[in-house]
Amino acid sequence: MSDTSLREPLTGTTIFELGSSDLGCVEAPAPDVPEVDLDVVLGGQRRTRTLGLPHVSEVDIARHYERLGSANFGLDTGFYPLGSCTMKYNPRIDERTCRLPGFAQTHPYQPESTVQGVLELMIGLQDALAEIAGLPAVSLQPAAGAHGELSSLMCIRAYHTAHGDARTRVIIPDSAHGTNPASVAMCGYKVTTIPSDANGGVDVDALRAALDTDVAALMLTNPNTLGLFDPNILAITQAVHEVGALAYCDGANMNAIMGKVRPGDLGFDAMHFNLHKTFSTPHGGGGPGSGPIAVSDALAAFLPGPVAVRTKDGAVTLHKPEHSIGRVRSFYGNVGVMVRAYTYVRALGGAGLQDASEQAVLSANYLKERLKDVYDLPFDQTCMHEFVLSGHRQRKEYGVHTLDIVKRLLDFGIHPPTIYFPLIVDEAIMIEPTETESKATLDRFVDVMVRIADEARTQPELLHDAPHDTPVRRLDEAKAVREPDFAYKPQA
Amino acid sequence: MRFVPVSGLDREQMLATIGIKDVDELFSVVPQAVRYQDTLDIPGDLSEIELSAHLEDLAGRDAHCGSLVSFLGAGCYDHYIPAVVDAMISKPAFFTAYTPYQPEVSQGTLQAIYEFQSMMCELTGADVANASMYDGATAMVEGALMASRVTRRGTFVISAAVHPEWRATLQTYADAGGHDIVEVPCSSAGTTDLVALAEALGSDTAAVVMASPGFYGGIEDVSEVVRMSHDAGALLVLGVNPILLGVLEAPALLGVDIIVGEGQPLGSPMSFGGPGFGFFGCDKRFVRSMPGRIVGRTIDVDGKTGFVLTMATREQHIRREKATSNICSNQGLNALAAGVYLTAVGARGLSGIAEACVAKAHYLHDGLLATGRFSVVFDAPFAHEFTLRYDGDVPAMQRSMLDAGFLAGLDLGSLDAANVGLVLFAVTEKRTRAQLDRFIEEVSSL
Repeated sequence: MSDTSLREPLTGTTIFELGSSDLGCVEAPAPDVPEVDLDVVLGGQRRTRTLGLPHVSEVDIARHYERLGSANFGLDTGFYPLGSCTMKYNPRIDERTCRLPGFAQTHPYQPESTVQGVLELMIGLQDALAEIAGLPAVSLQPAAGAHGELSSLMCIRAYHTAHGDARTRVIIPDSAHGTNPASVAMCGYKVTTIPSDANGGVDVDALRAALDTDVAALMLTNPNTLGLFDPNILAITQAVHEVGALAYCDGANMNAIMGKVRPGDLGFDAMHFNLHKTFSTPHGGGGPGSGPIAVSDALAAFLPGPVAVRTKDGAVTLHKPEHSIGRVRSFYGNVGVMVRAYTYVRALGGAGLQDASEQAVLSANYLKERLKDVYDLPFDQTCMHEFVLSGHRQRKEYGVHTLDIVKRLLDFGIHPPTIYFPLIVDEAIMIEPTETESKATLDRFVDVMVRIADEARTQPELLHDAPHDTPVRRLDEAKAVREPDFAYKPQA
Repeated sequence: MRFVPVSGLDREQMLATIGIKDVDELFSVVPQAVRYQDTLDIPGDLSEIELSAHLEDLAGRDAHCGSLVSFLGAGCYDHYIPAVVDAMISKPAFFTAYTPYQPEVSQGTLQAIYEFQSMMCELTGADVANASMYDGATAMVEGALMASRVTRRGTFVISAAVHPEWRATLQTYADAGGHDIVEVPCSSAGTTDLVALAEALGSDTAAVVMASPGFYGGIEDVSEVVRMSHDAGALLVLGVNPILLGVLEAPALLGVDIIVGEGQPLGSPMSFGGPGFGFFGCDKRFVRSMPGRIVGRTIDVDGKTGFVLTMATREQHIRREKATSNICSNQGLNALAAGVYLTAVGARGLSGIAEACVAKAHYLHDGLLATGRFSVVFDAPFAHEFTLRYDGDVPAMQRSMLDAGFLAGLDLGSLDAANVGLVLFAVTEKRTRAQLDRFIEEVSSL
């Protein structure tokens, strides 16, 4: 074996510790106007603190980020069955269109006559989302899913207030994403949690018991976080409406139902979309996302704005709805993400979107069928675009936890599924294949999951120590909290 | 175009494995009465060539700042973006990755965010900066909400010199969350009226919310407002421009408690207003009250340096309704771009860029005054953005200048009738003296 002691590690050495030049690599052009005396013009607030930024050449930058990138697992690296996250392929045409100067180099305060192209795109996206939602009015302003949830709740609050009806509570099932209760709290409401029934759906009796005229809304993810479509959905939204409350659909799982069933037709009054899930825009290592909301006629006047509307002469203008809750951020939203989503929507069209959802559901059911004897399947029903296994048997019989199982997947070049969520399933493993994976990829995943189940029985220590081949192994998260180090301190 | 790599034969085999004949059987749980039977009325199914042509047609209808000479700013700025920035963020290993919840295979994202946090701490002087917020406006809101948690008070005192859209965003959140807002007017300097501020402060003031430079371009007396805020037992939430921190004092050194801002100038294109990112920095004693993700450095089981998402017990996926914020997805790729940008320009480059912006803005300011058509409105010091009064009809002037290839600043009268006649100009390092001279000449000939 060759001596590798002098090889630079992929990660761990920060960019602050590279290079020695005191120059940045991209210089500002030479001054072409008279200098100003910064001590004078800045009102005596000229910087005194040293600015400790990295000092590296462009080639150092290129190699640094290349090394960091090689320590990352992206969608292009391999299968990414991360439940509830819809890690579908990011088409490259989207990356090209969002960079067209007519989109990327426009300023939000340009005269509307000079930005009719991007406004046309926005209204086209609004229309497509309204059609998919079965709800008439859309605002593209929210920047992410949680932001869309909060914006929708604000609309619901404004609606009740406008009807002289102060309400205090929002009902959320125990299987919900954490953003739901957090958004409720930011909107000044109290959370009432209701249990799931034996089939993983809403416990309708518990819902009815919790409903009264203090309830502003029910927030429901449907299909839910178990990947199950709630068979009682019409009774649920009806019960909510009977007490004057509104029904909100968390649209995180829209990839299952595009063109198969529309939230508006199910009785939902409001919902959000995650363009970075359902509409294939890249997750970017955490963002940017985009979280447009769609609402009923009754809520349309309260939407955050401005929204794009068409004028009589056919042009598109930005308009603040009559009783708008106001802005939820600056400008009009994450337009660069909207361009990618619009490109995707036009690539597929209505029939293509329906086809995508059908395949997403078919692929999930196929995997479920092939894995249900290897791992426990707590809810043995037809699933939508994802399903939840349990590592209960492996823990009980072999002392192997779900965490060990999915870390072992990394040794096979597969990204772990979502684990320990939803909270109502013991040792949960939540698998979402998406429609953009081939049968060969799915079959290989099954082979690996079968192999790992065997290893749990025969070589459990192999799983406890996993992963073995990654750039780093299991990290000391307690130390990160106990000895906080959130920033590199350059040596003065 | 479809992105489904499953052949008809594969599909048949998958159906057979499940034991069904038609994929519609998988949707039988959906009540028949509401099952959608039509085809969605959404045009498309285009080939890549058609799709490309369609998007190029739309984009081609826009006039953009690559061909126009822009003096628009007001929270979104036309700075130069070095080529290496887009090259780095275009690596699929970064842009196609999810949030780095699996640290063993996310060290690239995690280390890059740690480096970004470090650079934001350097710029602002803060001890700790988070991994990004949605934008400057929501970062400011989150700063105010954090101040409310820390001080256990419920009123925000905000300066009318803050960007109107940021003020509006705070109002929206305050309406929903039950916080009170007191607005302090501008003085004749175009900055916060400190006499009125003193009167507005009270025992329930959680935060003073201000920006420096403010919306009209004026640099605030930050140290004095720090003193006033602290005397009232409140925290100061200050919005800043990250490019200008190349020449302006690090706010934490002046005693600012919570430093926020819009990060778009650091390597993100304007994109009609988004995505950029919000940044958020503060003193380490507030870290448990902070919103958003934070990356920390630690070691793995072999003792090797590594990075993880940390202090997660603040966040919604753990703490649910007791979380410090509902934020989940942030603006990670834009934060990555900022890290590359700041590395590419370096400390000298950043101060050089900021100095060029300031010098060019003052050159334009003085040149416009010399035409006799513009006059001073506010007398506060300014950096790269300033407000002047035009002695004619502003919309007509802007139309004429647009015909001549210029975006002639922001007509403040279009936002607020009280400001008819006022124009806000921003000047970045991209503007050349020739462009400035030509603008001055053209506008003076109207």
